[in-house]
Amino acid sequence: MLSKHFSEHNFVSGHTACAGCGQALAARLVVDAAGKNTIATNATGCLEVFSTKAPQSSWNIPWIHSLFENSAAVGSGVESALRYLGKIDKVRVISQGGDGGTSDIGLQALSGMLERGHDVLYVCYDNEAYMNTGIQRSSLTPFSANTTTSPPGKVSTGNPKLKKPLVEICSAHHIPYSASASVGYPQDLQRKVKKALSIRGPKFLQIHCPCPLGWRYEPGLTLEIARLAVGSGLYPLIEYEYGKLTKVFKIPKPKPVEEYLKLQGRFRHIVNSQEEVAKIQKIADKNIDYYQLK
Amino acid sequence: MKKFLEGSQAVAKAVKLAKPGVISAYPITPQTHIVEGLAQFVADGELKSEFVNVESEHSAASAVLGAEACGVRSFTATSSQGLILMSEVLFNIAGMRLPVMLVCANRALSAPINIWNDHQDSIALRDSGWIQFYAENHQEVVDFILQGYKIGENPKIMLPVMVCMDGYILTHGMEVVDIPSQEQVDKFLPPYNPPYKLDIDNPLSLGLLGDPTVYMETRYAIQDTLNNDVLKLIPQVSSEFESIFGRRTLKLVETYKTEDAEVILVAMGSVAGTIKDVIDEERSKGKKVGLLKIVTYRPFPKEEVFNILKQASRVGVIEKAISLGSDGPLYTEISALFSGEKNSPQISGFIAGLGGRDITEKTIQTVIELVKGKKTSCIFMDLNKELLWEDFRVI
Ligand SMILES: Cc1ncc(C[n+]2csc(CCOP(=O)(O)OP(=O)(O)O)c2C)c(N)n1
Ligand SMILES: [Mg+2]
Repeated sequence: MLSKHFSEHNFVSGHTACAGCGQALAARLVVDAAGKNTIATNATGCLEVFSTKAPQSSWNIPWIHSLFENSAAVGSGVESALRYLGKIDKVRVISQGGDGGTSDIGLQALSGMLERGHDVLYVCYDNEAYMNTGIQRSSLTPFSANTTTSPPGKVSTGNPKLKKPLVEICSAHHIPYSASASVGYPQDLQRKVKKALSIRGPKFLQIHCPCPLGWRYEPGLTLEIARLAVGSGLYPLIEYEYGKLTKVFKIPKPKPVEEYLKLQGRFRHIVNSQEEVAKIQKIADKNIDYYQLK
Repeated sequence: MKKFLEGSQAVAKAVKLAKPGVISAYPITPQTHIVEGLAQFVADGELKSEFVNVESEHSAASAVLGAEACGVRSFTATSSQGLILMSEVLFNIAGMRLPVMLVCANRALSAPINIWNDHQDSIALRDSGWIQFYAENHQEVVDFILQGYKIGENPKIMLPVMVCMDGYILTHGMEVVDIPSQEQVDKFLPPYNPPYKLDIDNPLSLGLLGDPTVYMETRYAIQDTLNNDVLKLIPQVSSEFESIFGRRTLKLVETYKTEDAEVILVAMGSVAGTIKDVIDEERSKGKKVGLLKIVTYRPFPKEEVFNILKQASRVGVIEKAISLGSDGPLYTEISALFSGEKNSPQISGFIAGLGGRDITEKTIQTVIELVKGKKTSCIFMDLNKELLWEDFRVI
């Protein structure tokens, strides 16, 4: 237990994130957009570890970390307590976690929170692997990515599975709002946080957060890489309201996926294979077509 | 007011009197009647709580953790598999110093799956930092809940409390129980006002990363609170309770005819009732037998246990749990108290009643006979020898 900082930001510097960490940037954008009247619950993962080593904390809002898979359940308890105290109209609740903590081990707690209709915004910081434990594959790791548990080898080209459609899975709970955002587009991201928090009930926001260490690229490239993911159609920015797709971030002239892939060590084993790159181009093309991104 | 109630109903009424702001639980036999009772109170508007119907026990424990962190009194209940599923969160709750109240309707652990009573579930959580009380009857359960809130929420303590009641025997059994009035409870139990909480006017960070430079101190602090503050506070709270409610039920240990006893049996929970009956019989035959009932198992009241047992020549520990590959946990702990002592009684250990097997008067009489013989560390009582063939290992 500790805190008290003096800064305009709700998430302040001094933490131990790697240079170029997309998640640190995204977290600040989220809680700054949310404002002071916010309580955050946090899953175990990089964000929690680098921001709250006792006796220090980077959070300028009330913040609680309990365990890895229960951020949404702790958020449900916080929201219920605020409801009991008659403070739910004044205070916003954000539950947050990484892609592994959300889409794998925490999916049950997240589904429960959404289904019960708690007035909570769940934010998933998607850096596409279990980074805190050393870059292991999660169900949000993209096709072909090299992680320590989906390594390429003589009979493997890296992660053999497609990303789990988590925004849709959440949306299928018929919640008021389920969307994706990217740290490469901060204004769009903050607009989505504000929009989500203006709605009562359960909301979900998945944010693409490049990770220099895990994806193996120069720290200065975080924003460029984030934008290329969106610009190529590999990371569609979409918004669902009550189960219906209501808005997409348009990319009139999609970039070839190769531009995105070639900057990152996690795809190095396939960038020189036309056949493998073509498979990923197909994923992007399918997104562009399905969500009508053009 | 005295009422003839099912144990679970008595629990629901006691919890209602404590006015928790958030209740969260998940169905599991034999706990379920407790939360069903509470759900009905909420549905009828008799209890103004948020009742969170979670999707698992892990989330039930997480939800009450979140509520407590906001400074709101909470309640949860579970049994067996549910408690074990919660266990990750339960260790976490204690480490975060949040005074959650949990009633454990004690039930055996799978496999084989078995819905009947023993203590293996809550004993498995003995190292978690929770305060644990074991109740003999309905009245104790009711009283322990009210006093448990007061002890756990004391700003000097801030630790969670588990009230353990034997599944079916207490949860489903009917007994006369005195349910206090709301005025009495309000006088005894002040509103929860924790020294720290999640509050937008005073933003704190809770649940930080504790590296090797700070972790041990947090563990020491819990140990210190349990072994010094909680052990001292229990008798004080008990006296205060007595002055308002007219009875003293919460104790560290309870003794029954131990003053001159040569043989003292040790046990926890509802089996104490059966043991007392057997002791009366033995006494009528002139045999000096007594019972030491452990009420507060965590923190373990070492001094009291030692001082009572040291006067006996023989001690028999009867327990409904086993540390597989070792001995009964309570036996091990009691033996350790006397290690190196010159005038130690001879202490023997007995495992009984696992998975709901009846502990009869005959069982207790046999234990008394065995205690008088050679020292044994871990005898399983009432085994059916016919089922010990290899074919029966897997059922
Ligand atoms: C029950 C449990 N299992 C495993 C872990 C180990 N663990 C801690 S953080 C982490 C990885 C987190 O990955 P993610 O949720 O994607 O967040 P990131 O660190 O990538 O931001 C894992 C596997 C744990 N703390 N608890
Ligand atoms: Mg991750």
